[in-house]
Amino acid sequence: MNAWVQRLDNPLSAWLRDPAATGYAALFLGAFAAFLAIPPIQARTVTWPIVVGVVAATLGIWTATRGRRRLGYGAVAAGLIGIGLGILATRSGTGNLNAVFNAQLIAQMFASSTPLIFGAIAGMFSERSGVVNVGLEGMMLMGAFWGVYGADVGGSWVVGLIIGMASGGLLALVYAYFAIHLRADQIVGGTAVNFLALGITGYFFFQLYQGNYVSSGVSTIPNVRIPGIAGTHFLGPAIGNLSIMIWAGFALVIVSYIVVFKTPIGLRIRACGEHPRAADTVGINVYAIRYGCVVLSGLLAAAGGVYLSDGRGGGTFNDNMTEGRGFIALAAMIFGNWRPAGAFAAALLFGFSDALALRLQVYSPSASTLFRVLPYVLTLIAVAGVIGRTIPPAADGKPYRKQ
Amino acid sequence: MSTVDPANVPPETPEEAARTGTLIASIALKQRAGGIVVPVLTALLAFLIGGLVVLATGHDPLKAYNDILDGAGLNWVAHPTTNLVNTAAYNLSQTLLQTTALILCGLAVAFAFRCGMFNIGGQGQYLIGLYVANWLGHDFAGMSLAPHILIAVGGATLAGAAWAGIAGFLKAAVGAHEVISTIMLNWIAIWIGEWLFGDGGPLQNPANATAPISNDIANSAKLPVFWGEQELQGLHIGFFVALAALVVFFVILNRTTLGYEVRAVGFNPEAAAYGGINVRKNLIRAMAISGAFAGLAGALDMTGYLYHYGQSDIPVSQVGFLGIAVALLGRNTAAGVAIGGLLFGALLFGTTHGLQAGSSSIDPSLAGNLTYIIQGLIVLFVGADVLILYVWNSRKRLRPRAATT
Repeated sequence: MNAWVQRLDNPLSAWLRDPAATGYAALFLGAFAAFLAIPPIQARTVTWPIVVGVVAATLGIWTATRGRRRLGYGAVAAGLIGIGLGILATRSGTGNLNAVFNAQLIAQMFASSTPLIFGAIAGMFSERSGVVNVGLEGMMLMGAFWGVYGADVGGSWVVGLIIGMASGGLLALVYAYFAIHLRADQIVGGTAVNFLALGITGYFFFQLYQGNYVSSGVSTIPNVRIPGIAGTHFLGPAIGNLSIMIWAGFALVIVSYIVVFKTPIGLRIRACGEHPRAADTVGINVYAIRYGCVVLSGLLAAAGGVYLSDGRGGGTFNDNMTEGRGFIALAAMIFGNWRPAGAFAAALLFGFSDALALRLQVYSPSASTLFRVLPYVLTLIAVAGVIGRTIPPAADGKPYRKQ
Repeated sequence: MSTVDPANVPPETPEEAARTGTLIASIALKQRAGGIVVPVLTALLAFLIGGLVVLATGHDPLKAYNDILDGAGLNWVAHPTTNLVNTAAYNLSQTLLQTTALILCGLAVAFAFRCGMFNIGGQGQYLIGLYVANWLGHDFAGMSLAPHILIAVGGATLAGAAWAGIAGFLKAAVGAHEVISTIMLNWIAIWIGEWLFGDGGPLQNPANATAPISNDIANSAKLPVFWGEQELQGLHIGFFVALAALVVFFVILNRTTLGYEVRAVGFNPEAAAYGGINVRKNLIRAMAISGAFAGLAGALDMTGYLYHYGQSDIPVSQVGFLGIAVALLGRNTAAGVAIGGLLFGALLFGTTHGLQAGSSSIDPSLAGNLTYIIQGLIVLFVGADVLILYVWNSRKRLRPRAATT
């Protein structure tokens, strides 16, 4: 070891030479390469995206050769995708670019993310207590239909929210009975819940509304207009006038973090998910905790569904309205490593891709439908674990037998 | 049949088997317990609860079920005839048409199950099969009959295998759970189809640029029809292909090394790996074979009777999903899948086209959703261990009594 290396041997330089840090920096640069070409920076030459993308890819290769292969190759991919997107963006008209990338995109990202945030937090509660909840999709769908029905019949979106959440909680209770007491296979049981919800909502949608759209004039979930911000240039359209459920989603992330990681009840929930026998031994009622968490999971997922139909959808419902969002939420939860903040970040990412896909339609009417695969492809990449390994609760998905 | 004879069961308590925890172990338990009683009970219970829903919404459940069975052509048994002027005979031929695809989609789910994987991507693999069969069936017009059909069906089958293989590869390489990856692949397949057949899409029929409907496949790619007329959606020879697939499924699983390895991995991956079996290779291979069955289903539907496909039909199609219930009800055996396929084929046709709107006691749209409710209930009940254990235990209680008398 020579003097030059020794001189650099302080904490900061050690961090700089850590391949992981370089890898994350390269990932960031890859994303930045594409960002250069879109508003507000909007470089009109291909040089900058290519230069930054190549730097990202090079750093990625360096990372990969230093032992962090998965992260390194991820960074290489990010760099190459960044170059590709950057070139595409410089080739397209500034009018189109401005139509896609503006403050509205941020508002749409939050709107697309909110059902996923509710779903991901719902899944986290269930899985932290040791019950895999593949039925999130079905519970969300129940909330979507019965929420609109409640708002239509009850005359208020609050009634809709309550009825919608209750329907999801009820379906979750049935699932909990099969998963906990009858020790059914949880994946099969969850799939059954999804089919049941599809059949029930479809059946009653036809019975009550003849399969047509719910008549207009339904009380919908209101937006919150923030006086100081709503009129401003960029923040106004971005966050000045968001649905109340979007803000509730943000609050939910914080509250669920505190509940799961900072309270005794959270400790009990996690104990049931990690080692139910030990939890039972110290006097925790494993079944009660698991029932509570699964039902809570149903309530929250259904709340996301209510927002989908009575908030974002403006009081409409159509068959199979959730379109796999329950599964995307599940993937967001896995991507976020069974933690509220991580799930929130992942849900925002998926929501962003969903919003982007909808806005990219200005480019090509034919290919517009093809952009809709974006969130699903991203989810597929996420569950493939391109970035880091995730660790589920140890007893996740294993039925518990009392002794 | 691949079901283990209950008399030869080794003295292992079902509780022990259930505790080993793997999905396939609990399914193997169900295959030993109760013979045919459990699936029949399961189906009856599901129909009963479905009937209660019908009753609660102000319709007559008995009349509704009767109409559905008549709509499916199952009343044909009373007056058997091959003359399709007879409504029951026509309905039966249409039910068997649906059964063809359902058997293959059921086999797809069952094959993955036997390797310990839950393939809920049958719908996506089926759709990919449809698209590829449509493309090959249209683009290679001018070929003679046999090779064109072989190319279209073979290509679609391979495409289905490749589509499922993605999920198998992701599971083998990085441990991505196949349930999420196959569901995502379903949605990707759906949106690809919306693009392919939609306005300005590459496979849209250019004759009518405003209608989002695919090209018609060439006459040389249409499967011969053996019961009825080609123009009137007769029953095509793909039905026999599906029956042959049942035999192939049984032979592969029970009479080949490949099948032995697949089942070994399904029962216990660690033990299989210890015994020298390449677990990852088997996961990918089992998933690809599973997808091949579903892709074949799509290919036969396209070349057998659909010939073209509308954009709006894509998200409505449920054949691949029904395959899950078919496989679970049939306990992942060839014979069980055949019976499950017939039951759901009858439900699928009987609740949609077979029911005459207006003359029936229940509207076809309601009845169609009733099918999904029944499907969900069947999957729910089949997954419940305790229900099965109850039957198992009551059988054990019965047996000594029978021996002493």
